[in-house]
Amino acid sequence: MIMTIASREVRSLFLSPLAWSILAVVQFIMGYLFLGQLDLFLQIQSRLVAMNDAPGITEIVVTPIFANAAMILLLVIPLITMRLISEEKRTQTLTLLLSAPVSITEIVLGKFIGIMFFILIMLLLMALMPLSLLAGGTLDYGMVASAFLALLLLLASFASAGLFMSTITNQPTIAAISTFGLLLLLWIIDWSADFAKADTVLSYLSLLNHYRPLLEGIFKSSDIIYYLLFIITFLTLSIRRLNADRLQH
Amino acid sequence: MSATDEILVSVKGVSRFYGSLCAVNNLSFDIHRGEVLGLLGPNGAGKSTTIQMITGNLAPSFGQISINSIDILDRPKKAKQYLGYLPEHPPVYKEFSVDEYLHFCAKLHHIKHSERQAAINTAKQRCNLNEVGKRLIGNLSKGFQQRVGIAQAIIHSPPVVILDEPTVGLDPIQIREIRSLIRELGEDHSVILSTHILPEVTTTCDKVLIIDKGSIVLTETTEDLQKRMQSSSLFVGFHQAPDAKELHKFAGVDSVEITKEGYFRIHHNPDIDPSEQIVLKSVEQGWRLIEIRPEQLSLEEVFVDITTTEEHNPVNSGDVVEVAIS
Repeated sequence: MIMTIASREVRSLFLSPLAWSILAVVQFIMGYLFLGQLDLFLQIQSRLVAMNDAPGITEIVVTPIFANAAMILLLVIPLITMRLISEEKRTQTLTLLLSAPVSITEIVLGKFIGIMFFILIMLLLMALMPLSLLAGGTLDYGMVASAFLALLLLLASFASAGLFMSTITNQPTIAAISTFGLLLLLWIIDWSADFAKADTVLSYLSLLNHYRPLLEGIFKSSDIIYYLLFIITFLTLSIRRLNADRLQH
Repeated sequence: MSATDEILVSVKGVSRFYGSLCAVNNLSFDIHRGEVLGLLGPNGAGKSTTIQMITGNLAPSFGQISINSIDILDRPKKAKQYLGYLPEHPPVYKEFSVDEYLHFCAKLHHIKHSERQAAINTAKQRCNLNEVGKRLIGNLSKGFQQRVGIAQAIIHSPPVVILDEPTVGLDPIQIREIRSLIRELGEDHSVILSTHILPEVTTTCDKVLIIDKGSIVLTETTEDLQKRMQSSSLFVGFHQAPDAKELHKFAGVDSVEITKEGYFRIHHNPDIDPSEQIVLKSVEQGWRLIEIRPEQLSLEEVFVDITTTEEHNPVNSGDVVEVAIS
């Protein structure tokens, strides 16, 4: 049943021009950044040869574009998640799901898996660019895999937050702007902590702080757990929120 | 109708509050298999709230609702299997074609893969959607979208079908088709029909439930309601009108009212109809009868009468005279 809802979500996404244009725009910008990074690598290549223990192409090309991708997708993900529930509330199609023999948990999970499928497509398209480097060199596979996992977990967290924001309003634009606000806040939350090093809670909360180590190939289970907790929290909140709609107004 | 004793929907002492506003107050009723129930009421009476509670879209503040003896709050997934629901706005995905949409609904209602196509075809045929199967729902007219909504509600042939104003936006021919479809569904399903169109109730429903301000003000079979609509008065007009006292003399006449020159309203005992005697006498005496008809209250009048709390005379004499002349 979860898959039925998920596949409908994916279909609806690809039937609207929004999904296609998002894929196109993201791919274009990532392509541009990739070429820029590649250019840099070619420029400094001769100097790298002379260095001891020089960074490889993975560190110079792949890591930065994944780091930039996170920032770009922070802007983009709210646009795809905004419609998830709010649009269905607005056009009153949510009633169809609520009066069918489906639990609210299944609805929320179905929506989440549907959007994750879209995100996976986007990530795979993006991963093709660094993988194309294999034609002329070798990559540090462990690092690429770690970066890919990092971005996947990060985007899943974005999506779960977006899904929750979409349950609280029936205006997709409000869902989008509040998702963006929330994510950006969590991204920069430790900026104040940087000045007064003491604030470890804030820096722990920061999405960025758990993203960077993974990107650099440092695999810590606490980072993975942070993302999983983040996702579970927002999915639970979404379920609770939809349930509350039935109870009191 | 083939109503049996099997209770499919049972609503017991249900109330619903929005904040401090009580939308539905202590509502109780049962619906048996093979019964079509018409839910009537002015705007804001609590019809939609009631329907949303039965379909599990809203949780009641108090009380209990069970579908096919399964409590909707305790085991919602199981209970909802027995429900087909068309909300006020058909819940259609506009970017889907009719076939795709019905396919999704069939899957949502756990119809097995092998039976899915047959179920879709039956639903389409019942709602006359065969020619538009490949078209996008967003491009269809309101009437067709409404029919897609009905198809969605009956695709899994649920024992209980709940339709919230199903004939809104349809043309007269479609309305007749949908009404006969509702009658057909009523043979072996239970149907709850909420509507504003009063004649719809008399033509399609077995039982009528009138709600006002969240409480039931009337539950009756359609037959009883029709009897209530028969009022015991005659409207007569003569060219050479006799004295009102003359009319008093007929058997069963309780009172005579002069509505205007030559026209009378005769209230009589419901069991004795004096019209035949009046016609005979009129010929005999040369009163030159020009009009005689039993007066019937329209459902509207009954409705207004029931839902208006202050003292209200359902038949306004002035209005009736206007009608008689025109």
